[in-house]
Amino acid sequence: MSGLVLDRLEVRAKGKLIVALDAVVKPGEVLTIMGPSGSGKSTALAAIIGTLGPDFDLSGRLTLNGRDLTGLPTRARGVGLLFQDDVLFPHLSVGGNLAFALPAALRGRKARRAAVGAALAKAGLAGFADRDPATLSGGERARVALMRTLLAEPGALLLDEPFSRLDADMRGRIRTFVLDLIRAERIPAVLVTHQPEDARAAGGRILDPLGRPVSPAA
Amino acid sequence: MTADGALRFAPRLTLLLMAGPVIAGLAGTLRPAFEADGMARLLDWPGLPRAAALSLGTGIASTVLSLAIALGLVAALQGGRLFTLILRLLSPLLAVPHAAAALGLAFLLAPSGWIARALSPWATGWTQPPDLLILNDPAGLALTAGLVLKEVPFLLLILIAALPQADAPRRLMLMASLGYGRVAGWMLAVLPAVWPQMRPAVYAVLAYSMTAVDMAIVLGPALPPTLSAQLVLWMTSPDLSIHPVAAAGALVQLGLVLAALALLRCAETGLARLGCRLALTGRRRVWADRWLGPLAAGGGLLVVLVMAGGMAGLALWSFAGPWVFPDALPERLGLDAWARAAPGLGPAALETLLLAALSAALATGLVLACLEAETRFGLKPGGGALWLLWLPLIMPQVAFLPGLAELGLRSGVEGSTWAVAAAHLVFVLPYVFLSLAAPWRAWDPRFAVAGAALGATPGRIFWRLRLPMLLRAILTAAAVGFAVSVGQYLPTLLIGGGRVTTLTTEAVALSSGGNRRIIGTYAMLQLALPLFAFALALALPAALFRNRAGMRPGA
Repeated sequence: MSGLVLDRLEVRAKGKLIVALDAVVKPGEVLTIMGPSGSGKSTALAAIIGTLGPDFDLSGRLTLNGRDLTGLPTRARGVGLLFQDDVLFPHLSVGGNLAFALPAALRGRKARRAAVGAALAKAGLAGFADRDPATLSGGERARVALMRTLLAEPGALLLDEPFSRLDADMRGRIRTFVLDLIRAERIPAVLVTHQPEDARAAGGRILDPLGRPVSPAA
Repeated sequence: MTADGALRFAPRLTLLLMAGPVIAGLAGTLRPAFEADGMARLLDWPGLPRAAALSLGTGIASTVLSLAIALGLVAALQGGRLFTLILRLLSPLLAVPHAAAALGLAFLLAPSGWIARALSPWATGWTQPPDLLILNDPAGLALTAGLVLKEVPFLLLILIAALPQADAPRRLMLMASLGYGRVAGWMLAVLPAVWPQMRPAVYAVLAYSMTAVDMAIVLGPALPPTLSAQLVLWMTSPDLSIHPVAAAGALVQLGLVLAALALLRCAETGLARLGCRLALTGRRRVWADRWLGPLAAGGGLLVVLVMAGGMAGLALWSFAGPWVFPDALPERLGLDAWARAAPGLGPAALETLLLAALSAALATGLVLACLEAETRFGLKPGGGALWLLWLPLIMPQVAFLPGLAELGLRSGVEGSTWAVAAAHLVFVLPYVFLSLAAPWRAWDPRFAVAGAALGATPGRIFWRLRLPMLLRAILTAAAVGFAVSVGQYLPTLLIGGGRVTTLTTEAVALSSGGNRRIIGTYAMLQLALPLFAFALALALPAALFRNRAGMRPGA
């Protein structure tokens, strides 16, 4: 089945159920996991990206386009991640950050530079390749982070409150930019947030970490 | 996966390289103590009580004094501008080798030293150096002062590194809101949380101060010297029949150190109980702030002043032309001493550089492998590993280095640069680990998750993300290791079998001769090498990442 499938994915800590998700996220669709802090949102995220600590017990299955991800390490999952902060690598230029994500299969300095340049142009950041990421504005950094994630050609995308640190007027624009790209590239995505506004904008189903439907007005 | 397997083995290999020589050397040193009536002959030596008392007295006095100054500075002044100033002045002093610090102090204190010159003849009436035993005084006061100079910066930095985990600002705010004085609040609420983390360092300071040989030769009394200094005289004596006595002495020295450590342990418990009882009285003791702040600041500044004065004195002597007593300054400056010292200075500097570069590079590589293994395989070092790390620093050097030298002699590696570098590694490794572990563990793990989510292998995350982002911390740790190696006296002397000459062994050997100009050149170079390493550790990352604002210190 194409898309990201959370097949009775459950996480327990010391026997207590924290996460229980059973859902299919189709390409271009955004599933939102919403809840207050401490509700198990970040545990759900860790289960999908593959960074659960040894204190957690995972059951169920996670598949991406029919490929079983359940036991795989993070790097082999093909699941891209956008953090709450941009987490750009401070020692690399903007272009260096993007080239880090570019698959090694794309060979040749020229071809790689061109791919980086094209991605920057797509994000409205043409000519930013040699810039120091520390000199960018919050909105610019958010866009670079998204392009970096997409350049790794992920099969699915995880968004960990990626808009919460942006100021109000930037927030709407970046959100539209990200969601439009997800739809255009037909990537299944999971958005983790506590903001009803973000959940509404995502336009997909909204669940809490235990799989119960949540109304975005709440 | 072979690289993975080797990495998994790295922590055990590192512990083996550190603890192995200590344990093997200890066995090798102490075995002859029970042969050839060594112990009986040692007990017949009339100097024994005094030498043992000197070891205990100078060790305990200097540890208590250094600890009081370091704790007083942090308790009374931390967060203030004066504290920042003192800290900034004290930190570079950590790179000053023990021998150079001792020689600098000697140049200040000696009857013909700078202090006497500055006061003569107008205040003292001396037109000739007085016949006073200020230096090498029989009570070991000069030695105690020298040890304090070196241990205050060390304890202060250890203390500051331990503070973040003690939740100090909130505890202090709470105590202040309850009406407690700053010092009282700190001692009652913060010290109990900080102490367990700095305990191994205090033990190491006590053990080191009791047994330091290089400082004791330069500053300590002569007849008899401290026990450790006497042991080294016996151990390096061509008269082989005295060696069992030296071995018995090493056993006694080890017993003394263990007894002092036990005493410290009892004092800890007693003071902790006293602290609890004082806390229950509810007295706020605001008065302590009034005199403890200035006292600690005075102590800290005095350490800075004496060290700076000593180093300036060493530098001036190395360039001094004619300089008669009681002139405060030489008649003219010149390069005569440097030209005369050059034939010996060059090879010694090269050997020092080689040993330091070798041991620092090896130690940094091993520590990086250990930390990467810890991260990659989720290993959690237990408390036992931490104490093993401190073992070479707490175990008295005179108790295990002679046995190790014996081992080296029998296997034929004694006197080789590699053998000495391996011995340096034992002491360099703990310092490199201690300085790198904190920044390594503080590295934001989200960078690694971000890298992995982009498809990067653990190897790529290590080489392309962690290593460059931690470059400044890694090079600083390597520079610390480099400085530790440059300062090593006893391992170089004993494992080198007298055939490996470094700036440190030469400076200490020259100290009895009294040619201040030549001593000045050796001490200056001994000082310059670590400073050069630290400068490089700061300059290289700054140059590489000059266009990366996110990589600047404090960013």
